[in-house]
Amino acid sequence: MKYLGLAFSNRLFWPVVMLVALLAVNVIAVPGFLAITVNSEGHLFGSTIDIVRNGAPTLIIAVGMTLVIATRGIDLSVGSICAISGAVACSIILGSPNPDDPGVVGVAVLAALGLSLLLGVWNGFLVAVLGIQPIIATLILMTAGRGIAMLITEGNILTVESAPFKFLGSGFLVGIPVATIIGAVTIGFAALLTRRTALGLLIESVGINPEASRQAGVRARGLLFTVYAFCAVLAAIAGLILTSNQTAADANNTGLFIELDAILAVVIGGTSLNGGRYSLAGTLVGALIIQTLVTTVYTVGIPPIATMVFKAAVVTAVCLLQSPTTAAAIGRWRRRSPAPQPVAKVAVSR
Amino acid sequence: MKKTIGLFTAGALVLALSACGGGAPAASGSGGGAKALDQLVVGFAQVGAESGWRTANTKDIQAAFKDANIKLQFSDAQQKQENQIKAIRSYIQQKVDYIAFSPVVQTGWDAVLNEAKAASIPVILTDRAVDSKDTSLYKTFLGSDFVAEGKKAGDWLVADSKAASGPVNVIQLEGTTGSAPAIDRAKGFADAIAANPKIKVVASQTGDFTRAGGKQVAEALLKSHPEATVIFAQNDDMGLGAIESIEAAGKVPGKDIKIITVDAVHDGMQALADGKINYIVECSPLLGKQLIDIVKKLNAGETVPARIVTEEGTFTQEQAKAALPDRKY
Repeated sequence: MKYLGLAFSNRLFWPVVMLVALLAVNVIAVPGFLAITVNSEGHLFGSTIDIVRNGAPTLIIAVGMTLVIATRGIDLSVGSICAISGAVACSIILGSPNPDDPGVVGVAVLAALGLSLLLGVWNGFLVAVLGIQPIIATLILMTAGRGIAMLITEGNILTVESAPFKFLGSGFLVGIPVATIIGAVTIGFAALLTRRTALGLLIESVGINPEASRQAGVRARGLLFTVYAFCAVLAAIAGLILTSNQTAADANNTGLFIELDAILAVVIGGTSLNGGRYSLAGTLVGALIIQTLVTTVYTVGIPPIATMVFKAAVVTAVCLLQSPTTAAAIGRWRRRSPAPQPVAKVAVSR
Repeated sequence: MKKTIGLFTAGALVLALSACGGGAPAASGSGGGAKALDQLVVGFAQVGAESGWRTANTKDIQAAFKDANIKLQFSDAQQKQENQIKAIRSYIQQKVDYIAFSPVVQTGWDAVLNEAKAASIPVILTDRAVDSKDTSLYKTFLGSDFVAEGKKAGDWLVADSKAASGPVNVIQLEGTTGSAPAIDRAKGFADAIAANPKIKVVASQTGDFTRAGGKQVAEALLKSHPEATVIFAQNDDMGLGAIESIEAAGKVPGKDIKIITVDAVHDGMQALADGKINYIVECSPLLGKQLIDIVKKLNAGETVPARIVTEEGTFTQEQAKAALPDRKY
């Protein structure tokens, strides 16, 4: 009972329950859903592998978004940065005489990351120096960014045939999808950097009160620059994975609405939009829930017309279960009745 | 509609009479007599450049106008209706002779088309239709018959699976939910496969007409429906995505899983020639020549049918090998 209470109070509890429930639905629909096999090329193969591969871009962006949101900010420009980084990389690869040369792909990737770093610094400048509200500051690049990507691609969809570039999005390394490895390294790096040092604490303090933390000696301005730049670079990495996976740079559609998925992943993971506290583990669970949701739609065979409503219902359920009001209600209810009952009813009756 | 046609026939009569009398055709605007072709100005409001198909469409139209020596005012709406409406309004202000456009969505055109009508500028729809009760708002709709495309795909499958002993299970990758090609191709396909009760669509999901979408959906559906042996992708890009997921599943595209697609863009035709796709129904973007013909006919005062279907064919693997070197797109 004591452990159960602990589990209930953990903010990761409901997201994990939701993820398990979604997986259970899939297992009921397709009994072999969780099976992972090794195919003839030595790659891991299975629905869960698809989830961690296809979910990697959202996860990578959500990691950056988590840190931005922890400073009480938000970054709406990540989807556009995805499109820009894909456009830059593809135009460089297409412009070279030898697209299969790993060196060319390396230059293309570095150029895309470099430009995105600049864009992130621009976001940081607007927020930290000019003091523009983050939602407005990043809205500028969100709308202008697609235009920049269009200029780079000259309005065309750039299809790229390059083996090293394709490796980023659909390749495998020791049997594991490369995109998944990049995602895992990203979240691992962010967790080590912010939780094994004081950086995370400083970011949270800026989120709670920038002025107070500045007077306490925290370099709020530099921190803001850093998180926006970091978020932009992660968005560029995600953009490269997306572009590589579809083997084409599409200025209009690459990373379209991915900022909303990323924000949703962060929020499902229990990070408050008010800033001041964040959970990277929660973000991981959130990103997995979003991708599992997509797969569930296909596996269970929900008609495309009803897909959006289904997704909205699941997200609403998660948010309801997580809201402090609902949590308090569940707490009261648990104290009244000795054994916890299914909780969905409570959420619905409210 | 009748009235307009009547007006037009009257115009044509006047023109014919004046031609008989040996007088030169008068340049009296678009409603009445014919203008010399190099005096004509046509405004074209394109959807955008969202796919290889669309780019080929744009290039073909621009080339056709250049060849015909007719002035073309071209605009790209970047897939936004508001941009397209702005472009059409500016064409009306410039007093172009004809306006042609591919409506990005089906609804919401009545106001701007009425403005064009008031300015007596004839409108030609290309590739996509508008959903308006007032058919006098445009002269003609030039484009593919999406239902027929779906039907051609289904007919091939019916013929191909005649010898099949067991059930033939199909996974359908739909286009963007609610778009005309997605709805109509699904309808045509369903109508055609009704001829053989063994053929059954076991799963149908949207892949948004994109390669990444087709890949992700096929990936999941192949696992939840291992009994499927056919994939019907409503465009080439989704079919190409599906090929990747079939290969990842350790199966052979074109053999273990047969693939039927619609469009016949270059990458799709290449895959067909390579034996990875089994059949492609063409949806031709080369509307330029037919558009010029319509402009010329309207200019000469002739009437044009309210619906003109694009000339398009189908390709088997052998035909693809033969046709590939000459393909423009």
